[in-house]
Amino acid sequence: MVTTKKSGGDTYVWQRRTNGQYMVRWFGWLIGVMIFMWAWNYISGATTWFYVKDAPRVTADIFSRATPPKWEYIYQLGGPIWDTINIATLGTIIALFLAIPVAFLAATNTTPQVPIHPVLARIMPSPMRKLLLTKTGENNYTMALFRPIALLVIVSTRSINSLIWALLLVAIIGPGVFAGIMAISIRSIGFCAKLLYESIEEINVIQVEAVTATGAGKLQTLVYGIVPQILPTLAGVAVFRWDINIRESTILGYVGAGGIGLWLQSSMNILAWSQVSLILLVILVAVVVGEWVSAKVRGAII
Amino acid sequence: MSIAASANLTAMVGKAWKKPPFIKKPWLRWGLLILSVVYLVLAISSVEVDWSRVYIGLERGARFVTAFANPDFSSQWENISEGMYESIVMTVASSVVGIAISIPIGLGAARNIAPAPVYFVCRGIISISRALQEFVIAILLVAIFGFGPFAGFVTLSFATIGFLSKLLAEEIEAMDPIQGEAVKATGARWWQWINYGVQPQFMPRLIGLSIYRVDINFRESAILGLVGAGGIGATLATSFDRYDYDTSAAILLMIIGIVMVLEYVSGFVRGKVQ
Repeated sequence: MVTTKKSGGDTYVWQRRTNGQYMVRWFGWLIGVMIFMWAWNYISGATTWFYVKDAPRVTADIFSRATPPKWEYIYQLGGPIWDTINIATLGTIIALFLAIPVAFLAATNTTPQVPIHPVLARIMPSPMRKLLLTKTGENNYTMALFRPIALLVIVSTRSINSLIWALLLVAIIGPGVFAGIMAISIRSIGFCAKLLYESIEEINVIQVEAVTATGAGKLQTLVYGIVPQILPTLAGVAVFRWDINIRESTILGYVGAGGIGLWLQSSMNILAWSQVSLILLVILVAVVVGEWVSAKVRGAII
Repeated sequence: MSIAASANLTAMVGKAWKKPPFIKKPWLRWGLLILSVVYLVLAISSVEVDWSRVYIGLERGARFVTAFANPDFSSQWENISEGMYESIVMTVASSVVGIAISIPIGLGAARNIAPAPVYFVCRGIISISRALQEFVIAILLVAIFGFGPFAGFVTLSFATIGFLSKLLAEEIEAMDPIQGEAVKATGARWWQWINYGVQPQFMPRLIGLSIYRVDINFRESAILGLVGAGGIGATLATSFDRYDYDTSAAILLMIIGIVMVLEYVSGFVRGKVQ
């Protein structure tokens, strides 16, 4: 790392890296800047710069229309707020019920192992063997058949935003609160299951062995050996996700999935900026209160 | 063992073991239980479900699920590729700008580096950015800047600042001051102190977080199109509206694929630098 270099005569100067390392870094930066310029060029080309230059005036205009917020509109927002809270809460509860089995199927130490024929094990390509197979004897293999399916469920539900799930569910089961609840719960499965299965994999085996040693069956081992160990994580994840879901459920209505977002969209459509500003304030309060409640509950649990 | 404890033990001998309750105080336990049941009954009864509509929808749902077996990349390829290109471009540009701005703000929001006025301004910026969701910012910015990727770019940059500066500031506040003092003791100026005493300590975390943020920005860029802020979201929404589920499936598969690649890369890089 640190090197010295002759400069001119016989004096040595400290520098952080060798000349070669500096060159590599310089080229890295050059490529990075080029990629950024390419991206910027595209955005700049797709932008109507007149509007951007006009932005301060428009902002001031919108701000003057949006203040003061139309306070009496709050009486009409009671129902939507109740719906929003329900979407987040019921969605989280359903998600937890669905995530728990997925997490147990995804954790390497609890996923069911299916014995398979050794010939089948031998013809399997090696990356698949590494992922799925466990050698239990001289010529005996078991396969974690359900693990890849559970991991697929986790990845696919996690990578798609709840708004997109809502969009899809509104198209499938029609607009309304129910679509919002389903969207929130589907989106949360992957998140909850991922954190849960990581915690299941980290449990203390000795406690499980102690329960097994009393002669407990498989289900009893699960209930008395494993579940008490992951219960704090489960509660923490539930509250954490509920907090995120309050945040997300406030906007789901924008695509028709119920809650206060629906009112936001209709106010935007008629350019009633004083209603929009009130709704945004309500959303902000909901998010802050949700965060506060979740922090309090997590503090009490952990 | 004390006498009381042994008396307790003899009292317990011969009785079946019962799981201790989760909440010790009985009134709190029952109170919470009754409250939650009342809430659940009220909440569930207020959800109106049109089951006949759901039943009709199930057929469409099945069609959507089967579309994943047969995704149609080709017939709308022009729209898909344009939307994806825009999403990627927005992700790159907003991540670069967001990260570049969040470094000074992160330094300013660290109490052990910044003076009080700078600290409060930077913390204020972070709180505003974190309290507003990307989607809400995008709605407002589209109204201000007009349709197109510029609004999405500004939205994502702003959201990146809140996320990255906060975590960066926490990292800097938890750093080891001795290394910084050693650099200061050589007579280093403020810049040199930051560059040689502070920056090497937060760099691994910054790199890890930045890559994670690129991942988030890409995911978010997929929904900004719903309000006209550019990206693949517009194409996706159109394909849903037209019940063109084969195209939707293709777009969703591409999103999942790119997110998986980004997650893998971010795990790899974080493993390398930390």
